[in-house]
Amino acid sequence: MTEATLQRRPLVKQILAGADDNLLVIGGLGSSNWDITSAGDRPLNMPMWGGMGAPVGMGLGLALAQPTKRVLVITGDGDMLMSLGSLATVATQQPDNLALCVLDNEKFGETGNQATHTSPRNNGPTDSGAGTDLAMVARGCGIADSATVREASQVAQLVRDLRTTKGPIFRLVKVMVEKLEFVMPPQDGAHLKDRFRQALLGHP
Amino acid sequence: MNAETSDALGNGDWRDEIFDVLKDHDIRQVYHVPDAGHSRLIEHCQRSNSIRTVPLTTEEEGIALAAGAWLGGQRSVMLMQSSGVGNTINLMGLTKTLRFPFLTLITMRGDYGEFNSWQYPMGQATPKVLEAMGVLLYSVDRAEDVRATVDAATRAAFNGGQAVAVLLRQKLIGIKNFGKK
Repeated sequence: MTEATLQRRPLVKQILAGADDNLLVIGGLGSSNWDITSAGDRPLNMPMWGGMGAPVGMGLGLALAQPTKRVLVITGDGDMLMSLGSLATVATQQPDNLALCVLDNEKFGETGNQATHTSPRNNGPTDSGAGTDLAMVARGCGIADSATVREASQVAQLVRDLRTTKGPIFRLVKVMVEKLEFVMPPQDGAHLKDRFRQALLGHP
Repeated sequence: MNAETSDALGNGDWRDEIFDVLKDHDIRQVYHVPDAGHSRLIEHCQRSNSIRTVPLTTEEEGIALAAGAWLGGQRSVMLMQSSGVGNTINLMGLTKTLRFPFLTLITMRGDYGEFNSWQYPMGQATPKVLEAMGVLLYSVDRAEDVRATVDAATRAAFNGGQAVAVLLRQKLIGIKNFGKK
């Protein structure tokens, strides 16, 4: 397997470029939160500071409640591994406005870059995973439009898919392991929820 | 999940009443795992045009879905068995950090007259762990109290902004007897 070359920060910035009121974004805890915030904090972002395993379910509940809006979940491989069943739950509903993007660096970044299950097997005594293929898991769960992105040449299509292709879609993006600055949104969960609802519904 | 069939369900009127209360309060998303005690209510919801029914692989997902639904302006309810409560506890914290309304209706096992010893640990711990997470508890063991209790719980959740669980006690639901009609 080739080393990942895509960098998450500029990638997420491209994915979210020109985001308007029709794009509702949930960012998983840790790096994905800092990534979407680095692209520009906005009320229609719901950046998670905890709640590991929740983003896909939150995206589904939101997509069902707001069928005319695009709902985009951006999270990491560790978070996704904690809620694999939620992919099957998404598949039962087939929401055409839901896109799931997993940034897979094969590490638990917040706890010291330990290998996740998506790391290759036989990577040494402290760094081996299982080679788990999350795109294959998503397809197996019933999300037919599931694919993996590794190359810079695929990014323009990735952005179009995440923003406009009929859902549910799942994109696994292999990204580099990097040490990046924390770019933090407000932390208060009630505030984040209220500003999101205010922007979307006109009341908290 | 529980594949046992249940008898002693009486005429089932209280489950129809729960459906009426949920409709009256504009509940739009219903999450569930298969459950004998809730099955009639789940079927009502599945047939409803105004309610989206979502089967879960584990109860934990229901907390996340409820948070997402509320972000999008819709009310939801989760139907589960007490044996599933333990699966929700970590994410139940979201109801506090995001401060969003949450309503769950829980059919109790390991409760009044339970025959299956495996149901007791989680059943007996259910009120305590929910209380520890700051969830308000309403308990009902008489059919004639179901409508008013679920109505009050729904108001506490969606008007009062609380996380609320209604415990439908085993005395109300009936004691399982493994398929004997």
